[in-house]
Amino acid sequence: MDPSATHSVANSAIEAVWRIESAKIVAGLARMTRDVGLAEELAQEALLAALEKWPGSGVPDNPGAWLMAAAKNRALDHFRHNKLIEAKHEEIGREAEEGFTPDFDAALEHDIGDDLLRLVFTACHPVISTEARAALTLRLLCGLTTDEIARAFLVPEATVAQRIVRAKRTLAEARVPFEVPRGDELAARLSSVLEVIYLVFNEGYSATAGDDWMRPALCEDALRLGRILAELAPGEPEVHGLVALMEIQASRFRARTGPLGEPILLMDQDRARWDHLLVRRGLAALERAEDLERSAGGALSPYTLQAAIAACHARARTHAETDWKRIVALYDGLAQLAPSPVVELNRAVAVTMAYGAEEGLALVDAIAAEPALRGYHLLPSVRGDFLMKLGRLDEARGEFERAASLTRNTREIRLLLDRAAALHPGLRVVK
Amino acid sequence: MRFMMMVIPKGYEKAKPGAMPDAKLVAEMAKYNESLHKAGVMLSGEGLHPPSMGARVSFSGGKPKVTDGPFTEAKEVIGGFWILQVKSKAEALEWAKRCPMPDGDIVEIRQLQEFEDFPADVQEAAAGEPALREQLEKKAKKR
Repeated sequence: MDPSATHSVANSAIEAVWRIESAKIVAGLARMTRDVGLAEELAQEALLAALEKWPGSGVPDNPGAWLMAAAKNRALDHFRHNKLIEAKHEEIGREAEEGFTPDFDAALEHDIGDDLLRLVFTACHPVISTEARAALTLRLLCGLTTDEIARAFLVPEATVAQRIVRAKRTLAEARVPFEVPRGDELAARLSSVLEVIYLVFNEGYSATAGDDWMRPALCEDALRLGRILAELAPGEPEVHGLVALMEIQASRFRARTGPLGEPILLMDQDRARWDHLLVRRGLAALERAEDLERSAGGALSPYTLQAAIAACHARARTHAETDWKRIVALYDGLAQLAPSPVVELNRAVAVTMAYGAEEGLALVDAIAAEPALRGYHLLPSVRGDFLMKLGRLDEARGEFERAASLTRNTREIRLLLDRAAALHPGLRVVK
Repeated sequence: MRFMMMVIPKGYEKAKPGAMPDAKLVAEMAKYNESLHKAGVMLSGEGLHPPSMGARVSFSGGKPKVTDGPFTEAKEVIGGFWILQVKSKAEALEWAKRCPMPDGDIVEIRQLQEFEDFPADVQEAAAGEPALREQLEKKAKKR
């Protein structure tokens, strides 16, 4: 094999090891240094050392331990040269000495779950902006480069780099402790974590064909984060609720766009193309969430309710088999727990399916003046659909046209204008 | 991308019906599976009874013929599998290398085929739904 080929094989092996080990290494270092920013820099230095050594020496038998040892050596150098607080210095020295015993593997595995959980809560701390939380989480927990994050979020690399630098600085200045919040604080902080994961998922889910492949890959990263979190905090029902929601939504990935990249509505999707492995996983996660929430005696959380709605669709073999009455009941719960005009709009759709367009239209008209829905193309799109069902075709056409004028997604415009055109009785559309 | 990671245990082709791995190996495997779960990469996984409990259907001249296991001609048989969600073949390999296998066992990784991997004509054949076929035809005309 020529040297450059060996080099690239080694590099892809290093990337793979990095993907598996980086979060654990950053988390372990953060526990020792109590500084997430420093921990990440030390981990990066260890990665550079691996990129230098491994192409020549081959990947070591225990690459995670090698990287951790390299990072610890750099941590020791760092503290020796910087003469930081004595106590911190000793702590590091002690940790490192313990760590260099032959039983290093066990030391590495020990408590690493707790460290990872601390890292998740720190990266998603509400003291930093949501965008920065997302970038920091992808960087620290998924091992993504700034370039990859930038491509995924369609922003310049410099913007992402700046967000991360600022976030690290904010965390340091606010003296955010490296720990898992307890008691009353836990619920609020957990929401902040789940919000970030779902934001990352939705960034990927909203991507369309032809977009950079990094965008759909965000869904996988978010799902992976959710699955990891469900293992780290198995007693938290909301985590399982979010995982269930993402698994079921991801199961429709293959079916929700046509060969030309055009969106296919849920009702028109070929259900045979749904990913039934993910459906099964989603239903299992939902069951876990519901059991935990019931045994805690509380109401279902918003993510669990949304997952339960998604599950109603997942369980229906055809669109006609959908249990719309149950979906209406679940939306009623969601509207009480997390009221929003968008939830209300979705509830109206379910009501129309369960009880007829007359009732659905009344609900939509009640929220039509909501400022949050101004300029939201789905409002006229849904209204048009109800009017069409009621046989008020001229009004329906007007609504579809209005909806088309409100979206910038060319594929959606096409879909809406097609629906409007279909309502011209006897008129032949010249294309 | 998804990979099926298969284990080919040494001598499993000759294993008696009901043969089971020993408790020590099972314990190690449980620990390994936990690490896959904790890394968020394991979608599913199953162990398989030996071929002596299975059967094969071979096809010749358009006719199926059933042979009960064990299969004398088989040299390597699968003992179990995982489905992993990973970012690269290298990542799947990295997990395969960490499998706690006794000497002589083999772990093989194979990427799952996705719809997008198929060429246009195979995609068309795979698209059972008429509407989808129609759209593909439209797309072909545009080219």
